[in-house]
Amino acid sequence: KMTEVKLHGFWYSPFTLKVKWTLELKGIPYENIEEDRFNMSVQIFQYNPIYKRTPILVHDGKPLCESTIIVEYIDQIWPENPLFPIDSYERALARFWIKYADDMVSAIRLLALSSNSEEQVKAIEKIWEHLRVVEDRCFNDHEKKFFGGDTINIVDIAFGSMVKFITVLEDALEVKILEYEKFPHFHLWYNNFKNVPIIKENLPDQDKMLAFLKFSREKLLGSS
Amino acid sequence: MASSQEEVTLLGVVGSPFLHRVQIALKLKGIEYKYLEDDLNNKSDLLLKYNPVHKMIPVLVHNEKPISESLVIVEYIDDTWKQNPILPSDPYQRALARFWAQFMDDKCVVAAAKFVLKVDEKEKEKATEELYEALKFLENELKDKFFAGEEIIGFVDIAAVFIPLLQEVAQIQLFTSEKFPKLFKWSKDFYNHPVVKEIMPSKDQLFVYFKARAQSLAAKKKN
Repeated sequence: KMTEVKLHGFWYSPFTLKVKWTLELKGIPYENIEEDRFNMSVQIFQYNPIYKRTPILVHDGKPLCESTIIVEYIDQIWPENPLFPIDSYERALARFWIKYADDMVSAIRLLALSSNSEEQVKAIEKIWEHLRVVEDRCFNDHEKKFFGGDTINIVDIAFGSMVKFITVLEDALEVKILEYEKFPHFHLWYNNFKNVPIIKENLPDQDKMLAFLKFSREKLLGSS
Repeated sequence: MASSQEEVTLLGVVGSPFLHRVQIALKLKGIEYKYLEDDLNNKSDLLLKYNPVHKMIPVLVHNEKPISESLVIVEYIDDTWKQNPILPSDPYQRALARFWAQFMDDKCVVAAAKFVLKVDEKEKEKATEELYEALKFLENELKDKFFAGEEIIGFVDIAAVFIPLLQEVAQIQLFTSEKFPKLFKWSKDFYNHPVVKEIMPSKDQLFVYFKARAQSLAAKKKN
């Protein structure tokens, strides 16, 4: 049965990354359509009139928006190598933590667009608050290498996409955020996560991201 | 296999639309539970224990295992107890239902809260604009009597309970029937649905909740 999967995404976005990693981990063939964040195609506004943003998955002509909804849909349609837990309680916990990971984006954006050191410090503290919660609550099972156990699951992907962005900000702004001393388990987890072959192959290039961040800061703040 | 013999506890504050979402889901499935009323300005040890991350109600505790976030809880209920399904079984329809429920939380609830809690005329005007922009999408989406269909209520209806809570119970007119005819009718129909009507708080209870909410928000702003 031939099915057609298209992903309208933005290479720089953690939300697009979440969907990409999901498709790649499941070995689902898809057409990747790059959208320019500052000049999106008309289709984006047609498919997503409410949020007007990527990622958007189009499966056999049917569009779906919002990364969390997209990844859960993918997991249902292609159940091999499940990324969501089978057990309903574990699944509820996964949904909780995915939302928590997604919620980190506002503090991360604040940092990305901070125009002075006061804003920067405030944003970093907000990110630290989130990292502290995860560090304290999510790594109590010492048998587990990943949120998914021996292999990664959707929660790993959700946090991984955010942490990748954080590492770009660390380099760009020359600040330390996911410090080993402060967040030893989280730090270790990310080192393991980013080295998982399919994750590694699909990590956006750090230098390319740095260049884009600089460009968008200049564009949005009128300075670098 | 889950049965009504198992222990289900629900922590909440009467008047909270998030709590009422969960109660509707439990009632639809005929699940018996123990209800514990909490206090937003003096949170119980139990609440802090079961939801240490957000310290917010509702929290469902099923056989000692806590779940928080109202939509996560409703999905859990649907996953665990199979009678009277709340989400569609078709994966695409399911995804759409999740999208609209999420939209409720991302855009509508926030706008409605601003509308209700703002005193300043200018801010109220802005909040109204925001709310109407969000509601326009809902109005267009509504094809039958309910979001889930002609005779059944589902995930999106449940997520939208804050609308009849405000329109029907509090009688705070978010919108008129001229502006949003379908939503206006939906609000009345949903409010009058037997399962929903039993759950709805009284006007007084709702105002007590609003007051407590405003207080705790003011306290947060100070800190």
